[in-house]
Amino acid sequence: MKGSGGTGQGSVGVRDQGSAEGPRTPTVTALENRHLLGIAELSAEEIRLILDTAEAMKEVGERQIKKVPTLRGKTVVNLFFEPSTRTRTSFEIAEKRLSADTLNIAASTSSVVKGETLADTVRNLEAMAPDAIVMRHPSSGACHLLARICRARVVNAGDGTHEHPTQALLDGFTIRQHKGGFAGLKVAIVGDLLHSRVLRSNLLLLNKLGAQVVACAPTTLRPVGLDRMGATATSSIDEAVQDADVVMMLRIQLERMQGHFFPSIREYYRLFGLTAARLQRAKPDVIIMHPGPINRGVEIDSDVADGPYSVILEQVANGVAVRMAVLYLLTGGSEGPS
Amino acid sequence: MGRTLARIAHEVLERNRGLDDVAFVGIRTRGVPLAQRIVTAIGELTSHQVPVGSLDITLYRDDLMRHQVGPQPVVGPTDIPFPIDDHRIILVDDVLYTGRTVRAALDALIDFGRPRTIQLLVFIDRGHRELPIKADYVGKNLPTSLKESVQVRLAEIDGVDEVVLEEEASSS
Repeated sequence: MKGSGGTGQGSVGVRDQGSAEGPRTPTVTALENRHLLGIAELSAEEIRLILDTAEAMKEVGERQIKKVPTLRGKTVVNLFFEPSTRTRTSFEIAEKRLSADTLNIAASTSSVVKGETLADTVRNLEAMAPDAIVMRHPSSGACHLLARICRARVVNAGDGTHEHPTQALLDGFTIRQHKGGFAGLKVAIVGDLLHSRVLRSNLLLLNKLGAQVVACAPTTLRPVGLDRMGATATSSIDEAVQDADVVMMLRIQLERMQGHFFPSIREYYRLFGLTAARLQRAKPDVIIMHPGPINRGVEIDSDVADGPYSVILEQVANGVAVRMAVLYLLTGGSEGPS
Repeated sequence: MGRTLARIAHEVLERNRGLDDVAFVGIRTRGVPLAQRIVTAIGELTSHQVPVGSLDITLYRDDLMRHQVGPQPVVGPTDIPFPIDDHRIILVDDVLYTGRTVRAALDALIDFGRPRTIQLLVFIDRGHRELPIKADYVGKNLPTSLKESVQVRLAEIDGVDEVVLEEEASSS
């Protein structure tokens, strides 16, 4: 302990947010809520705290020994009711780097296939006293239900078409890394906006941090009230990409589509696909993002996805650091505010 | 404070013949400027530029899941821009108290490599050790009671150089 006699509170570092936001002094040192259910519940300062903490976590991932004893003795359950490679693996690596014990449960191999309800599954898991449950679920709001019935911290790893907060946080982390801050940035989000939880979380995050968002999709793939959600809507990708600092491409989610939203993949690519020619309209230092998995030749050209402006693999790497930060901030202390 | 740090710089030189494999690592926050000041003093005496790194020990603390109710410490950056393998590392902190911060720092440091030796340098040793840890260099031994706290304030962080002994408010 330090000489202060140990208040349990560490020193608060001051980190430059970059020229776009200017230097700042953090005003919060902890998250208000005990769960991370969405970006909607986070303040701008809480988002910055997570991003700042992720900076330190990223450094851990660059060491030869990529492991710290921070969550030793804590148990985290990864409960995935939808297929996922990136997010589940990213959470699992994050948990292991913090020395937590992890348990992976996929719906297809659990009692859910025998008809057990979500509430019963969770109550049974709770009996084994996990400290946190990371859940992905095809139904919007499932994580809120979980948070109401369980004592463990709940981390939303994507619920239906509602939110995917850690994806937005890792996107924000990647943008901040390249652009220094968010104020005044033009971010174009292009793709299947209607079915995208990544869009919702990113819109909330980018708006809270002061970026300007242009959302582009065919009218059939646009949610109602995009303007109320804080985005300027357009059906022209050329208009969206014009002078953009960031172009975020979203996957066409064929598995969520019940009807015909556009005539053909070929036509979609011709009208909304990101090509090198279209990218020339953007700022010279534009970055290209995609939450994955990529549909090459549908929403994005391979040349662009693998090109010099692409930060898609950086996003994946940053995902581990951001998830470590979230797990640390939610479960690192003893009983936090309820 | 300046005289004390100059004296410590001499002690470091006396104890470490040849500085080629010596490096300083300051424990954040106040250990870092203290390490930098001593390295500057050594530079003035020998013209040798000893490298300085900074170490944040938050992720290695043993009290994250104990004692406190509510928020945990804010994690800061660690920056050790030199290899520590086979080096003589001088670990610097402002106050040595229970020894738990130093224990965490040793764990953290060893995750970066295998130093030849680690020496401990503290500006104030206030006693009340809970772990078997002893400093190699001490700026000042300051006997305190458990009800007191010691604050080292440095111009680089606090705008002023001073050491303050305070009576802690009783916890309710």
